[in-house]
Amino acid sequence: MIRSPLFTILLIIICLPICAKNIHVGTKYPHQKIKKALSEVVDGDTIVIHEGTYKEGNIIIQKKITLLGINNPVLDGEKKYEILSIKSSGVIVQGLIIQNSGFSTLDDPGGIKIYNCDNVIIKNNELSNNFFGIYLQQANHCKIENNRIHANGVEEQLIGNGIHCWKSDSIIIVGNKINGHRDGIYFEFVTNSIIWRNISFANIRYGLHFMFSNDDAYISNVFKNNGAGVSVMFTHRVKMFNNYFINNWGDAAYGLLLKEISDSYILHNRFINNTSGIYMEGTNRILVEHNAFNENGWGMKIQASCMDNIIRENNFIGNTFDISTNGTLVLNTFNENYWDKYEGYDLDKDKFGDVPYRPLSLFSVMVESNSSLMLLFRSFMVSLLDKSEKIIPSLTPENFIDNKPRMHSVVI
Amino acid sequence: MIELIEVRKKYNRLEVLKGISTKFNQSECIALIGPNGCGKTTLIKSILGMVLPDSGEITFNNKSIFNETDYRNYIGYMPQIGKYPENMSIGQIVEMMKELRGSHLSFDEDLYKEYKLDQILNKRMRTLSGGTTQKVSAALAFMFNPLVYILDEPTAGLDPISAEILKDKMLLEKSNGKLILITSHLLSDLDELVSEIVFMQEGELLIHQTVDELKTKTGEEKLSKAISTILKEQLI
Amino acid sequence: MNRIIKFVILDILRNKIILFYTLLLAILSFSMFSLEDNESKGLLSLLNLILLNVPLVAIIFSTIYIYNSSEFIELLISQPIKRNKIWISLFLGLNTSLVISFIIGAGIPILLYSPNLIGIILIIIGCIISVIFTSLAFLCSIISRDKAKGIGMSILIWLFFSLLFDGLIMFLLFQLADYPLENWIAIIAALNPIDLSRIVILLQLDLSAMLGFTGAVFKQTFGTSWGILISSSLLILWMIIPFMISLIKFNKKDH
Repeated sequence: MIRSPLFTILLIIICLPICAKNIHVGTKYPHQKIKKALSEVVDGDTIVIHEGTYKEGNIIIQKKITLLGINNPVLDGEKKYEILSIKSSGVIVQGLIIQNSGFSTLDDPGGIKIYNCDNVIIKNNELSNNFFGIYLQQANHCKIENNRIHANGVEEQLIGNGIHCWKSDSIIIVGNKINGHRDGIYFEFVTNSIIWRNISFANIRYGLHFMFSNDDAYISNVFKNNGAGVSVMFTHRVKMFNNYFINNWGDAAYGLLLKEISDSYILHNRFINNTSGIYMEGTNRILVEHNAFNENGWGMKIQASCMDNIIRENNFIGNTFDISTNGTLVLNTFNENYWDKYEGYDLDKDKFGDVPYRPLSLFSVMVESNSSLMLLFRSFMVSLLDKSEKIIPSLTPENFIDNKPRMHSVVI
Repeated sequence: MIELIEVRKKYNRLEVLKGISTKFNQSECIALIGPNGCGKTTLIKSILGMVLPDSGEITFNNKSIFNETDYRNYIGYMPQIGKYPENMSIGQIVEMMKELRGSHLSFDEDLYKEYKLDQILNKRMRTLSGGTTQKVSAALAFMFNPLVYILDEPTAGLDPISAEILKDKMLLEKSNGKLILITSHLLSDLDELVSEIVFMQEGELLIHQTVDELKTKTGEEKLSKAISTILKEQLI
Repeated sequence: MNRIIKFVILDILRNKIILFYTLLLAILSFSMFSLEDNESKGLLSLLNLILLNVPLVAIIFSTIYIYNSSEFIELLISQPIKRNKIWISLFLGLNTSLVISFIIGAGIPILLYSPNLIGIILIIIGCIISVIFTSLAFLCSIISRDKAKGIGMSILIWLFFSLLFDGLIMFLLFQLADYPLENWIAIIAALNPIDLSRIVILLQLDLSAMLGFTGAVFKQTFGTSWGILISSSLLILWMIIPFMISLIKFNKKDH
């Protein structure tokens, strides 16, 4: 009983090379065209594509096959066609260079587009200068792994996303490197998925952008130098662990923009050198713990619409403003954070300051109500105001306070 | 040499010079006298360009001094109260003045030496007594061989011996054909020196006559007596 | 002219205050750079200090110096020297000393810790601010014959530009918050040389993103080559105009 499934698997592995055949495509092989080869394969076969450039317009795959590139063959869409359209489950695409897809905002052509099918694996490919890089449409249980996706987008409207997923479930996106697209990774109605160890940088809009995508996890990714950082909206139960949000610097740029998010975890992330580390709006019941906020313009901007969030055991170091808010009611909890601007003392040597810390500076509160006041940023008058407010708090919300500020930074 | 035509000056509402016209010639020693506040110093400062008259004209060698500075090369000026930068020493002041007036000139250091200023060159100006400061002023006024000396109360702060030295120097320069303009209220000092008298009162020039004229007119031998006589005549 | 400048500079150097000022700047600059963990933070803190202290020292020191030089000026006026020459020499002498002590005190640390464009701009701005407030000092001391009054006026001018003006801007921003007048208020702020200098440096430090909309306005107005031209001509006007007024008054002054 125990042996029988194992035996079956073994049998399949041994039999595979026998039942499935390989068809070679290349200048030195019987088949010069991929399309020709496609017409001859059956489910389970592998098309081995050898070195060379293939300009065959739109290639539609409707059989459960493997496309395997040897020595980086190039599939070129000549800026006219969608290159690979996958319409069968279980397809594997590996080792190809896919470039120059058509550019159209009407039907969103992609370098690789998966239509309504499952268990597709896209692995070790290079996608260059496509409108969309990899496009998943109602695809489940797919894996996008170790692809290099890049484009030279200049304007938001003229370029698609690096990896675009729509109405999908149980997707794994791992180890990809994406730059120069509109959004590096885009999720809309995607559930139970994981985004792991990707690097998304220098994209025009967001490094990662997702909406209405519940129960997803984002782990150990790097998002840097993107036009507007990372944006997470209208989603429940998100887990964001160990990510880097770096150098998202600009007028409306955020390390992480949270909008209508609830019941989520933001743990062990690093927010370095962003205009705002985290910007929260309509965000409820989130735990922000063990994160590092370094050298940001604002460490966290918490709008009045946020409730019941817990911000604890984070490090706030070298930010111009640690926290700002536009509300007067405080419905979030700050506890046991390390604030480098804290000037208190620790007489009882319990490693926590004896005096509470107020992370809101008067000026940051005033700027929230009148943004033009930034005109006076770093002026003598503003530093006087802040100093006097620190001594006699009168305008900043009374209970916006960390009662147990750390004396030393948390090891993250 | 120096001519004033209808020179007027007002400080706020106070009229200090009410249309002064007169002429000062070479080889004369002219005493500018009058009660305190009569406008003597203002007149002198107008000639020096330190005070700018509201109207009228002042010429030096027939050239208007308005907006001119070069004519001051020919003037040696000794102020009533000499004011000098406090931190500078006598030596530095003298050096600076020599540099400013032009080092190509030959310097007349008679007074400088007679007052023994060369022995206290390192003294700072703020440590000097009023008398010593006056000596510095006098030495500087005579140092650059000018054609005209303008001396504002020259003997006022000086001890008798120093005053005597100064007077001798003035006599010498007068015989050299220079014009000397002195303000003073101590007329007795000036008897043997003065050749013309200018008497001012409340901004007006009452008398401008040679000493000889005055004396013959009034029959008085002493200058001070002669003046008071003529003043009485005028008042009547 | 050079001789008078030389005398003025030598006289100021003999004055211990200028040496003390240089030393103070050096201590402040070095400690700012060593306290802050990166040079751009150090530059920012130093910017605050420079914009506070340099104008204060420049205007008060210059005003007092001019009043204390009244004897020297009087002495020179009776000499065959043009009045323009005396006043301009005094101005140049004072500026040279203040600028040199700024360059030694703050310039050297800045170049050591932050030898880049922003550092150089900060040094230039420090020098310009020194000159502007010296120029204002000349105006103060010519307006009032009374020393106490003149010094009081110079302190007021400093207070106005470093504090009250910003208060006014804040007041305007709150009062006119409902109207789209940010651009105009930004332009008004640029009329204050201290604010203008601060904003120029902030733009260089790429903090403009934090300045939000007004930052964009400023970047548009003052970040382009035209803007640099406009802001530098504004600063040059601040350097020249108060002094020119004082020069005209000095030429008419009775001693």
